[in-house]
Amino acid sequence: MTSLIDHNPHSNSIGFSFSQSTNAGTKEHSFYPYTDNGGSVLGITGKDFAVLAGDTRSTSGYNINSRYVPKVFKIGGDEDGEGAHILLSVVGFAADGLALKEKLDAVVKMYKYQHGKPMSVRACAQRLSTILYGKRFFPYYVQAILAGLDEEGKGALYGYDPVGSYEREQCRAAGAASSLIMPLLDNQVNLKNQYIPGSGEGHALEARKPEPMPRETVEQLVRDAFTSAVERHIEVGDGLQMLVITANGIEEIYHPLKKD
Amino acid sequence: MDQLVRQYTRSPHQNEFYSEQEQHDLTEALPPLSLKFSLPPVANHSAFLRAMTDDHSNPNCPIKLAHGTTTLAFRFQGGIIVCTDSRATAGNWIASQTVKKVIPVSRLSRGEDKPGSDPVPGLLGTMAGGAADCQYWLRYLSQQCTLHEIRHKRRITVAAASKILANLTYAYKGYGLSMGTMLAGVTPQEGPALYYIDSDGTRLPGNLFCVGSGQTFAYGVLDANYRYDLTEEEALELGRRSILAAMHRDAYSGGFINLYHVTEAGWVHHGFSDMNPIFWKTKLEKGEFSNVTSAL
Repeated sequence: MTSLIDHNPHSNSIGFSFSQSTNAGTKEHSFYPYTDNGGSVLGITGKDFAVLAGDTRSTSGYNINSRYVPKVFKIGGDEDGEGAHILLSVVGFAADGLALKEKLDAVVKMYKYQHGKPMSVRACAQRLSTILYGKRFFPYYVQAILAGLDEEGKGALYGYDPVGSYEREQCRAAGAASSLIMPLLDNQVNLKNQYIPGSGEGHALEARKPEPMPRETVEQLVRDAFTSAVERHIEVGDGLQMLVITANGIEEIYHPLKKD
Repeated sequence: MDQLVRQYTRSPHQNEFYSEQEQHDLTEALPPLSLKFSLPPVANHSAFLRAMTDDHSNPNCPIKLAHGTTTLAFRFQGGIIVCTDSRATAGNWIASQTVKKVIPVSRLSRGEDKPGSDPVPGLLGTMAGGAADCQYWLRYLSQQCTLHEIRHKRRITVAAASKILANLTYAYKGYGLSMGTMLAGVTPQEGPALYYIDSDGTRLPGNLFCVGSGQTFAYGVLDANYRYDLTEEEALELGRRSILAAMHRDAYSGGFINLYHVTEAGWVHHGFSDMNPIFWKTKLEKGEFSNVTSAL
């Protein structure tokens, strides 16, 4: 029995344009232990609070696997997060993120039991850097953001790269839509490229100085950033989980996003 | 009987110096890797790491690390000038414009960084290459310097501190670390001292170094105008101007100019200043960068 069309890839007839035929040699798979689960997170600090927010969609390739997988965690509390005083968000590979969160949570709890006082955000920030660097040669596929209140009660936010370089900042976006959100934040929070009209001519124009924003403004900005990101990024959507940390504790706000 | 006596007697000073085992450890064995790092379950872990994180050889690598820099440091009659840009890039993405690439390496000064205050005793390290590698290993170096201070009741020399770092990077050679760092400090034993250390294990003393993707642009300005007998004012301006040149021509450098002066009393911070107003001031008031015009 012969087929009507010659499918032999070795013949010179027109066929599929794969450079390698399917039976050419053995195929080697490289070790690839990561999956990008998409999503985005965003943190902004104020005078006496810090907001850490993330969407709740979980993707793998073009598949949406879940519409509610939280990416922002409370650190150092009990099972329900009661008594926590630090927030951590992780975006990238969810399994690595979860492992990292569990590890940091254990460290913060151990610190409290050993020293009889809660771990400061500054100390926790440096510890997280050390934990990430511990896997320098087999990195966690994550971008982390840590938030809390510093020794003076001001909002504190630390941004990380996957192997632990960190920096305290006023605001930081990470994850799939970070390239959409971060420029907005530069403009709206750090007032980059904004000048005071009539303050001078040409290059003598005075730049606007960034000031800490009130909480209502920050929450609205976070919602706007995410609704905008949902419009233009396929891996962001479904729900917005916003955790706000103040001297009174942690407040959780859920805001639905488009589900397409 | 003589045989038995010989077998159980030992020379009287045998245990006073290093034991044979200790001597062997000191001379033969490689220095042990100082800390435990988790490694991927593959035969060639540096190839794995390169496939995952090296955006230079593989632009589609999944994990993008923060990179890219111009840093410089030079000795002159009034001490040492250390100057850097502040940009961190991950591929083409600017990950941050506010990186602190000058890292104080001493117990007294860590975490405090107020411009224009009194000199803070201690060394300065600079950061080029992998941001995390530099931050982590300079933090480790701080710890070692503090221990040295406690054990020996005096501050560590720059030569010794740089050697700790160089031995460390040499021990990790081939693992995929990426760092090019300069250590600057003034000690009573050495005077002003400047060392360059990188992840290949290189350790060089010198008068003048530029490190990073914008190093050539910085060298161009610095070599042309450098003299050992610069005044403090001139030296600070030269550092600033060299970094500005690099920021202008190197896409991976930019942001803010971070300027430090190291003297016998310690280091003084001379500002973390936005490059944009400095650029236009340099152009309009000094007539430099005349290549740049507002017309098309």
